[in-house]
Amino acid sequence: MLNQLTISELTTRLAKREVSAREAVQACLDQIGLVESQIHAFIIHSAADALAQADAADKLLATGGGADKPLLGVPIAVKDVLAVKDQPLNCGSKILGKFTSPYDATAIQKLKAAGAIIFGRLNMDEFAMGSSTENSAFGATRNPWDTARIPGGSSGGSAAAVAADECIASLGTDTGGSIRQPAALCGVVGMKPSYGRISRYGLVAFASSLDQIGPFTKTIRDTATLLEVMSGIDPLDSTSMPQPVPHYTGTLDNGVKGLKLGLPKEYMIGGIDPEVKQAVDTAVKHLEKLGAEIVEVSLPHTDYAVATYYIIATAEASANLARFDGVRYCARVDGKDPIEMYGLTRGAGFGAEVKRRVILGTYVLSSGYYDAYYLRAQKVRTLIRNDFLKAFEKVDAIVTPTTPTAAFKLGEKSGDPLQMYLSDIFTISCNLAGICGLSLPCGFTKSPKLPIGLQLLGKPFGEETILRIAHTYEQSTGWHKERPTLK
Amino acid sequence: MAAAEIDVKYVAHLARIALSPEEEQKLGAQLGNILGYIEKLNQADVADVEPTAHAFPLVNVTRPDETRPSMSNEDALRNAPAKANGLFIVPKIVE
Repeated sequence: MLNQLTISELTTRLAKREVSAREAVQACLDQIGLVESQIHAFIIHSAADALAQADAADKLLATGGGADKPLLGVPIAVKDVLAVKDQPLNCGSKILGKFTSPYDATAIQKLKAAGAIIFGRLNMDEFAMGSSTENSAFGATRNPWDTARIPGGSSGGSAAAVAADECIASLGTDTGGSIRQPAALCGVVGMKPSYGRISRYGLVAFASSLDQIGPFTKTIRDTATLLEVMSGIDPLDSTSMPQPVPHYTGTLDNGVKGLKLGLPKEYMIGGIDPEVKQAVDTAVKHLEKLGAEIVEVSLPHTDYAVATYYIIATAEASANLARFDGVRYCARVDGKDPIEMYGLTRGAGFGAEVKRRVILGTYVLSSGYYDAYYLRAQKVRTLIRNDFLKAFEKVDAIVTPTTPTAAFKLGEKSGDPLQMYLSDIFTISCNLAGICGLSLPCGFTKSPKLPIGLQLLGKPFGEETILRIAHTYEQSTGWHKERPTLK
Repeated sequence: MAAAEIDVKYVAHLARIALSPEEEQKLGAQLGNILGYIEKLNQADVADVEPTAHAFPLVNVTRPDETRPSMSNEDALRNAPAKANGLFIVPKIVE
């Protein structure tokens, strides 16, 4: 079935004219028709638009054009937080009403220039705030491996759609783990590049010093392919970094011999599900057999990461979400003056988690509290970042579980915000430090069968190394070939 | 650090979010709980530590001061709740 292919497999068959882009897109649309009622990964999608893009791709493929378009004819779905010209942009929220984007995000432009078919708005926690996709104003997404469970968040729709073969790959965003955690819980590959690797122009900002766009794919090679296409400095994003973009797919097969992998002693603490711990331990031993050297490292400020994040991210969010005021866009609720209009528009349009974080962020930045909270958190952020830089003097990459447990049930944590926050413990430091990280499948729990993710953390702009380690592991195991059973 | 007691009404006003009394009460309790957890940052030794605002601080990222094409007036207004004469309409600010 064409929707089950990887990017590599599909582009090979398209180039040989064994299949058409239209057939590939139709296969995805058919799968969406079959499983969406159980999964709800998409908020909305346009079959007509996707097929029109497919026809254009087929025209180009027929003339032999597209040698310079590595993604020609590949259907890729997009998290609802990224601007795609003329498509709805809602960020999983009610507040944006019928907003359609007047422009393409830079990452989207690059994918389109590479020939990709960009379709669909994937479900997410509202404004990327959440770890379960239960905070979407458009209903929850279900985990394809067990539809009574969450897919993770905030990019839950992006992870679920790839796991359920509703698209060949998807895009998500990661501010505190929102790509890696759902990737782990849904059994797919998810990567957060180093901060500044991919332009944030066209990504609706949550926390400007933490946000990054990243791919969800079925294999590491596909992730490397998408990273090559999307990376690079952008004059429209002054936080994008000038580092040259390596040929990520070219170094995947270099193996792991001679590489040192760090195991942070603070991470293997109580609170990890025994099955998760066992799967990760087994994976680490496997990597050792493949030739890597395992070294214990210490990240002493790990325990402060969640608290630091929830000050910095909420503070930045309170500033970034100030623009949703009903003036230039939004489902406006009228008031007798602008101040009342802002309050009513935001009160009606924002969900509970967004309100919680914006108010917390406003508080920690407010007069009298700024030094005690925000400034202190920024200093602890320095300590956390230095922990990683010091560890990377000894090792080439760090390996951890991605999450402490497999997917939990809908409603299990949504009543206690703090409990939900604590489930991000392994992914959150990566964003604070600005380094790169990815999650790939490393096993399953026994009953029910739920995916377990292995996380690799790399140096700033060290994506080549973690991709190479991940690819070596993936190709010597069969986890990436497993698919959920959906009828 | 201040005690974990937020004046939710005041902060919501700063954030320009109108809350119902039930929301105010519920949020107060939840935020108090979260702030209680955040207290642990007091234990970190931050003496002589520089704050990090950005992981890789770039400095003076500028471009030449030249006019370039940008979004059309029509595109900028396409999602406006109320517009006229190429402008956004808002409630009166000044009497």
